[in-house]
Amino acid sequence: MAKPSNEAFFWMLFSAGGVVAAMLIPVQLFLFGIAFPMGWLQAPSYENLMSLVRLPLVRIYFFILCSLPLFHWAHRFRYTLYDGLKVKHLTGLIFVLCYGGALLGTGIAAYLLWTIS
Amino acid sequence: MPTVNEGTTKGAPSYTEFHPRWYRPRVSVYWWLGEWHYLKFILRELSSVFVAIFVVETLFLLSALRDGPQAYAYFQAWMRNPLVIVLNIVSFFFIVFHTITWFNLAPSAMPVRLGGKRVPGALIAAPSYVAWLVVSGFLCWVLLH
Repeated sequence: MAKPSNEAFFWMLFSAGGVVAAMLIPVQLFLFGIAFPMGWLQAPSYENLMSLVRLPLVRIYFFILCSLPLFHWAHRFRYTLYDGLKVKHLTGLIFVLCYGGALLGTGIAAYLLWTIS
Repeated sequence: MPTVNEGTTKGAPSYTEFHPRWYRPRVSVYWWLGEWHYLKFILRELSSVFVAIFVVETLFLLSALRDGPQAYAYFQAWMRNPLVIVLNIVSFFFIVFHTITWFNLAPSAMPVRLGGKRVPGALIAAPSYVAWLVVSGFLCWVLLH
């Protein structure tokens, strides 16, 4: 049982993603998901958003905003499936799907941010 | 029988050749529905699903920005779909729930002692809330001014 595990590494990603999600997602989601679509606040124009996204710092921000919360999700969702729905026999498959999804999302974010111009 | 420590063997069950059967009562799949604490735990864990949904929406936004003004307009129209707005409102509540539970966990995760006394949890959680407000205000300023 006492074989070395990578649990600490995944837990670090989970924890970093938890902080990013807690700090940044509420305001991002409120603006882009509720206030702009409902017309409560004026959404930034395409040109304004692009002039922001062209800045390297803003790209790094968006990369972190997408990547770390996905690893946070992977960890929590994995354990929700194990414990909440008691599907422990599919551990390997769930692990691959959760972290595979997080890696895929990270890759897409990197690709999009790299090719925006 | 040689005994190493008389104290620990006293009252111990006699030796059997077979491994004893564990007592493991079966737990229902819906074990978390019965009590508020368990339900709260599952709701908190489920907030991660809404985190993932938010990231997917953000990837759509980035993809639209990359594809040009028309794609951005299409993205905005898609976000105005009432079903998407309802989903985002539900997501918003789940993620604020995540934020509050996450910040309130900090005092338990790293108890701070000053002069031999434990610093009250509220004092450890408070800076997180202040930082949350400052960061949110800054992002609003960047996106709205």
